[in-house]
Amino acid sequence: MFGWEFPPHILGGLGTASYGLTKGMAMQPDMEITFVIPKPHGDEDQSFLKILGACNVPVVWKENDWNYVNQRIGSMMHPDEYFRLRNGIKYDFNRIYTNDLGCIDFSGRYPNNLIEEISNYEAVASVLAHQLDFDIIHSHDWLTFPSGVFAKQISGKPLVIHVHATDFDRSRGQVNPTVYGIEKRGMDAADHIMTVSDLTRRIVIEKYHQDPRKVTTVHNAVDPLPDAESFTKTPRKDKVVTFLGRITMQKGPEYFVEAAYRVLQKTRNVRFVMAGNGDMMNSMIDLVAKRNIADRFHFTGFLKGRQVHEMLAESDVYIMPSVSEPFGISPLEAMQVGTPSIISKQSGCAEILTHAIKTDYWDIDAMADAIYAIVKNPAMHKSLQELGRNEVNNIRWQDAGLKVRSIYESVM
Amino acid sequence: MKEICFYFQVHQPLRLRRYRFFEIGQDHYYYDDFQTEDRLKTLVEQVYLPANRTIAEMIRSSNGKFRCAFSISGIALEQLEQHAPEVIDSFKELSKTGCIEFLAEPYAHSLSSIFDTSEFIRQVKLHADKIESLFGKRPTAFFNAELIYSDEIGELVSKMGYKTMMIDEVKHVLGWKSPNYVYMHSHIPKLRLLVRNHKFSDDIAFRFSKMNWKDYPLTAEKFIDWIEKIPADEKIINLGMGYEVFGLTQSVQTGIFEFLKALPYHAMEHHVNFVLPSELSKKNEPIGSLSVSYPVSWVGNDKDLIPWTGNDLQQEALSKLYAVGERVRLCSDKSLLHDWLMLQSSDHFRYMSLKDPYGTNYESAYDAFMNYMNVLADFLERVDAQYPTTIENEELNELLKTINQQEIEIEKLENEVKKLKEKKVKIAIKK
Repeated sequence: MFGWEFPPHILGGLGTASYGLTKGMAMQPDMEITFVIPKPHGDEDQSFLKILGACNVPVVWKENDWNYVNQRIGSMMHPDEYFRLRNGIKYDFNRIYTNDLGCIDFSGRYPNNLIEEISNYEAVASVLAHQLDFDIIHSHDWLTFPSGVFAKQISGKPLVIHVHATDFDRSRGQVNPTVYGIEKRGMDAADHIMTVSDLTRRIVIEKYHQDPRKVTTVHNAVDPLPDAESFTKTPRKDKVVTFLGRITMQKGPEYFVEAAYRVLQKTRNVRFVMAGNGDMMNSMIDLVAKRNIADRFHFTGFLKGRQVHEMLAESDVYIMPSVSEPFGISPLEAMQVGTPSIISKQSGCAEILTHAIKTDYWDIDAMADAIYAIVKNPAMHKSLQELGRNEVNNIRWQDAGLKVRSIYESVM
Repeated sequence: MKEICFYFQVHQPLRLRRYRFFEIGQDHYYYDDFQTEDRLKTLVEQVYLPANRTIAEMIRSSNGKFRCAFSISGIALEQLEQHAPEVIDSFKELSKTGCIEFLAEPYAHSLSSIFDTSEFIRQVKLHADKIESLFGKRPTAFFNAELIYSDEIGELVSKMGYKTMMIDEVKHVLGWKSPNYVYMHSHIPKLRLLVRNHKFSDDIAFRFSKMNWKDYPLTAEKFIDWIEKIPADEKIINLGMGYEVFGLTQSVQTGIFEFLKALPYHAMEHHVNFVLPSELSKKNEPIGSLSVSYPVSWVGNDKDLIPWTGNDLQQEALSKLYAVGERVRLCSDKSLLHDWLMLQSSDHFRYMSLKDPYGTNYESAYDAFMNYMNVLADFLERVDAQYPTTIENEELNELLKTINQQEIEIEKLENEVKKLKEKKVKIAIKK
């Protein structure tokens, strides 16, 4: 599997999904997974799969002795493996800048020279394709599509790609042609395409002109929260309504502010929280001031790790008015800690949730109505809370893993 | 000799419009007229008029041998009067043949029989008045909304003077007993119970056009043949269904109307009669009693009240609504009283069911609940404006009792005064 992120060092939903899915798949006893990421930190959970760092794979032949390699990367990879992989160098990658081991330094993030990093990743894939023993190639998201395609060409093994998001979601239609090109080439070369929702599946079919028979939806799931009980709600006078995510165009924060304004016209005992960071943060603060609701509207900035669940658990309502959301795992997390969710119909998770309120992202009246109903009607809150929690606890990664397995079998 | 007793239920709720919370206190009109009318029009054109024509023809062709009963809710009658008076006329025509009986039910097709008995009694009377004013006859048989029945409800109905009541064939009530007899209430022998034959009713209502059903296609001949074949001493077959079966659930193309038209002929050939519910209970002695301690309905496999009262949302909405029953009945505001009826129709609660929101026009149960609660909030505010909630119910009761009994009290006191005066006079004379 080619991925880009893996917990605990994650930047977005891709890492969480990769982790959950591989863990779910690893429950099948005859499944052996090697997960390639650009730059592991060494503290990844390797109990159920093998993490392989692309930054430790030699692409240019350099003479080194065993002890030196051991001292350099021994903590990440066994030196024997380094030498074994070195035998897989079949092409001349001298044009790429490499270090003393013949390896490429990856940032493992989303740097400005992302396109270059993607093509370097391809070089690593060629080495791995020659040297590793595998039955199927699985590429997560467009960053790793070129690697997957190259590995398929070399090894002749089937390629399955996993679309977690398309550029149409990220850009509200203003597609970057380079990115589109990479995505399209990957999809064309793939033997099968998995999407995280029917919404994404439609985009893949319509905008990337893929054969519908080749595209299957595998909905994401959510990792069970072992300490869900430890997140409690402090009793308070005011109800709390929370938006949590990047404050960008894609997430529709302005609709949240407008809905909040409508609710506050009618009742005062509600507070609104916008957690997260993003390029629209300042304009949102402006908008809140303009609507004259700043006394009831709070910005928390970026939240991390446990803070996220704490914030969700403290809320009475979680709202995700995303304009376009391939899946959207956060409402599921909110429901895990017993917080009712309002989600836009334009998000993938709406396809699998029943006990959440769904509105169009632009329908601020409906959104305001839903907020009002949940904070005013204990029965509604209770019902969404209890049934929602049960529902989410039954959405399991291992079922997604089984679905992936059946797709593998169909292309092998 | 077998007897078939047909009864049809006619009901359509007044659909609520999208009512947002910021309209609470601003706008007191709750109904989506377009949707209601649109829905009604479909029903009138596809069901009510053609089905009534068919029944009229059946009565004519059988020389009045075909007979059937209707249970039309007050809400449906109101809508028909307003949007499709020709349907009312056609029911009047049918009624003139003397082969039709109208059944009583709570006016608003409500669950009041469970939650508010005084409201139930009021609505039944209201409905009977309406039927009498339209068709000139007061109903004598009772068909509760959604066929809800329990011993308690039976007792109430009997107290109101009804002698016949319908109940569904519920396994845990009947046990080994056959539905094809007349039964009676568990301790009021006067009240006869007619048990709807579940199998035969559903054969027509649901399985008629199912091509994968082993008995497809169902013909009148076959149907009467089945009825004839049941054991000789089981004489009565009650067939009850929603009227929309004819033309909507089973569309014209399935041949449902032709099936109906052919029924009387084949029935007469096999000496099968048609009877009205009230005739049935007059002619037949009950064979035993049925005891129902928990309310049953005619919906689903379990035949309970779960579709309307099963989840927290429904419980909340119902308890909020019926909490003000007493107060509303004290009001004299006409539009408030009208809204009170409309908001009670059982459909609103059915739409809040998470599992079985039959006929819903909402996207989800939560959506239905939100909208209804907004409307209800406005309604409750209006009730509050008439009788503020700051006065406790009991206190209010006391006050109202005083007001209501004022005259009786005055009369009593006056009589006393009179007596005392007479006494005084007598004493004076003696002296």
